[in-house]
Amino acid sequence: MNTLIVLSGLAVVILLLEIFNFRKGIIPLTVLGLGGAIAATLCPQSFIKTELYNMVHLSNTAQWFTILFIVLTIGIVVMGHDFYKDRATKLSDFISLKIFVLIGAVCMIAFEHFVMFFIGLEILSITLYVLAASNTEKIKSNEAGMKYFLMGSFASGFVLFGIALIYGATASFYIETIAEFSSMPNTPLWLPIGFAMIVIGMLFKIAAFPFHFWAPDVYQGAPLLTTTTMSTLAKVAAIASLFKMSVALQGTMPEIYTQLICVLIVCTMFVGNIVALKQTNIKRLLAYSGISHAGFMMFTLLSIETSANELLYYTTAYATAGIAAFAVVIYATVNKKEELILHFRGLGKRSPLMAVVLSLALLSMAGIPILSGFFAKFFLFKTALSNGYVTLVILGVVNSIISIYYYFKVILTMYTFKNDEHKNIEVSSSLVYPVIAVIFILINIVIGLYPSLILDLI
Amino acid sequence: MNISLLLLIYLVGAIATFAAGKNLARTLAIVISFIGAAFWLAFYGQVQSGVVLTETYTWIDSLNIKLSFLVDGLSYSMLGLCTLLLPIILLTTNQQQFKNAHIIYSLVMLMAFAMCGTFMAIDGFLYYIFWELALIPIFFIGLLWGNDEFKIRKKTMITFFIYTFAGSLFMLIAFVYLYVKVGSFDWNTLKSAALSVREANWIYLAFFLAYAIKIPVFPFHTWQANTYEKSPAIGTMLLSGIMLKMGLYSILRWQLPLTQGVESSIVNTVVVLCIIGIIYASLIALRQNHIKRLLAYSSMAHVGLIAAGAYTNSIDGTQGAIIQMLAHGFVVVGLFYIAEIIHSRYQTYLISEMGGIRQQAVKFSSFFLILTFASIGLPGTFSFIGEFTLLYSLSKVNIWYAVFGGTTIILGAYYMLKMFQHSMLGNVNKNTFADVNTKEFVLLTVLVVVIIGLGIYPDPVYKIISLTPIL
Repeated sequence: MNTLIVLSGLAVVILLLEIFNFRKGIIPLTVLGLGGAIAATLCPQSFIKTELYNMVHLSNTAQWFTILFIVLTIGIVVMGHDFYKDRATKLSDFISLKIFVLIGAVCMIAFEHFVMFFIGLEILSITLYVLAASNTEKIKSNEAGMKYFLMGSFASGFVLFGIALIYGATASFYIETIAEFSSMPNTPLWLPIGFAMIVIGMLFKIAAFPFHFWAPDVYQGAPLLTTTTMSTLAKVAAIASLFKMSVALQGTMPEIYTQLICVLIVCTMFVGNIVALKQTNIKRLLAYSGISHAGFMMFTLLSIETSANELLYYTTAYATAGIAAFAVVIYATVNKKEELILHFRGLGKRSPLMAVVLSLALLSMAGIPILSGFFAKFFLFKTALSNGYVTLVILGVVNSIISIYYYFKVILTMYTFKNDEHKNIEVSSSLVYPVIAVIFILINIVIGLYPSLILDLI
Repeated sequence: MNISLLLLIYLVGAIATFAAGKNLARTLAIVISFIGAAFWLAFYGQVQSGVVLTETYTWIDSLNIKLSFLVDGLSYSMLGLCTLLLPIILLTTNQQQFKNAHIIYSLVMLMAFAMCGTFMAIDGFLYYIFWELALIPIFFIGLLWGNDEFKIRKKTMITFFIYTFAGSLFMLIAFVYLYVKVGSFDWNTLKSAALSVREANWIYLAFFLAYAIKIPVFPFHTWQANTYEKSPAIGTMLLSGIMLKMGLYSILRWQLPLTQGVESSIVNTVVVLCIIGIIYASLIALRQNHIKRLLAYSSMAHVGLIAAGAYTNSIDGTQGAIIQMLAHGFVVVGLFYIAEIIHSRYQTYLISEMGGIRQQAVKFSSFFLILTFASIGLPGTFSFIGEFTLLYSLSKVNIWYAVFGGTTIILGAYYMLKMFQHSMLGNVNKNTFADVNTKEFVLLTVLVVVIIGLGIYPDPVYKIISLTPIL
């Protein structure tokens, strides 16, 4: 609860700063405020008596996911410093919207009451619709916002209907009560139906097959920093909250549900990876790679009792690599109409450090040791094997192999250049992107070297 | 003093080489490689007296994964191959040879770090990480400093990477499967896992896939010739001299001990595949005009024999495999160095464009001849001992294995001598060929002395390998 209060206050203050014409202070203050939010999350004592209603509760799991969200937001917000340079008059809007995304994400992971969850989901979604369409001059951005809004609100409808059905079955919005109820025998039929509808809505949010069609278009059209937010923060928040609900409700599902999840995992991985092979736009490529990663994250749904720390580890590895990769993409495609992979030709010569960071980020996503992406996949495979999903693990491995190809395509492009071609690359002169990229890739490597840092948290 | 400090030497070496800048990188790398070799030598007495060096540090407690190292005779001889060949390989390069020299030498150091780690690690997970880590530097060495056009090179190297990586991932599944059964990655614990025959078979095959691609064993060899051809000389030497021994070493260290319950029909199939590879590679080598490709296929034939011997899982097979791994490492590095010297003089790798070199460079062609003989396995060279022991181990399993495996010597003699004949004898095709300079002379002498010296007096090696606890 502390976190939510700090964050909401921060978002309002940021909006006010615009009025007082104190634009310079927006980013430093936000970072400071987000640091405060981390402190508030770690502080066990709530300074407002909220226990009475119990709509939000920071369990251990929720606490660490919240901190992950805040860290990711810090990265995104800091990059906003230069990303919105030419639209400085709207800086406070953009930054406060980013914080609202974070507020939504925190609600989604820390909820005890389903209304709180839905409010969080809507805060997150609506701000993302706005952010996706925020580049009003570009038709693609408008298209992205529209598409995302239409399909996203449809998905939200599913979630809401699912919540209603669950309420119908259990007469409660409290997840603990629902969990208790669902462990009893002879639950009504609409309880699993309700849960299935929520799952459908959430699969849409994490862009899993067969609800993934929006992702590439929206990622491509939306401004780059919004794409970063969607592919890291929003995706992680959605899978984490789906996991949390699965812990409470998966017991009510019939046997076939697990098989269905298996099928969805396999399809998500294959669709994401195979379509990614042919992409020429880096945003679309990362979108499809994100789809395949959603498939890997869904492995944790098969072993909900033991997988919370593995999910935290996987999402941390994925999101830190994602932010580092996007920082380089923003850095290298400044002033470009489209973000083609071709534009990266010669980046290895033009700015070696950033090329190395992008290489490492992609290698982490591909799952090469000693980057944390490898350990993330390893932990998933280990748990899946101990639960007897041998075929699934083999298919996961096959997908890792496929993914190598397109990640390496990008890496190799950076080191390909003819004579003086690399001199023509226009890169951002800003220092912010390199700093963020390096910090996040370092986090990625450090948790790869010491996986216990994350694993022992939950 | 702990032997794991060797890893630290190379790791610090990699960073220092990178930081040293373009001009100093090569010197620094060579100095560090000599330190590594000296460090390895310092342990000879201990290992020879039968001490098994072990070290364990905690890493990921919650999963019972440890940083544990073990150096016995097998590991020690492999480490020797790596540490001793490294200075030689580094010395073959020239100061001005590479653009961005600090990066390539730092990558070589990193590779040495990973390869030594592979030979030392006794925790399966740690071993796997080192195994994969060795792949990344060689990929970039081949990609950025290789021969031929970038586009073609890119295709070759990415095939190589994906191929090898794919194989390794199946090994990872095998490891994780075993881990889930026993709850630890420690070699001793993994070894004691109670496996049904079916499980043992699958795990055996998963390991085989990883190692067969790395070694390479027929029919998983398609990446090899292209990669050797396209890599720069230093990369080819690292690959053929040391890196493919990682696969052979792993058969002895990991695959055979962990899958003792495997059905003999599968073992036989694997041995037969290795022998097919020997004949197949020898026949292809006969038709090669590109000297590096020829050496690649000849290398494949030799390691096929090593793999076949190792897979018999007998004392002779194991000993022969270790000896032949060492011998092959030195011989193949020497041969690739010869190819590189010719290339530096003639700018060609094609045998048809060579000829008559002997008339102009007597010393050079004498070295070449000795190395050629060593490659064939002539008595008196170190390879002879290895090949003989390997063939003996095959004959004990099935005499026909030895008969067909033995073709490697006959066919090998044919294509190697043919290569020698066409490149060194006959009429002069091209301009003058300067004889070996001092550096080349010293390096080739060292290689030849090692090969012949150990061929006549193999005792120092035998003393170590007879202590291997696997035997």
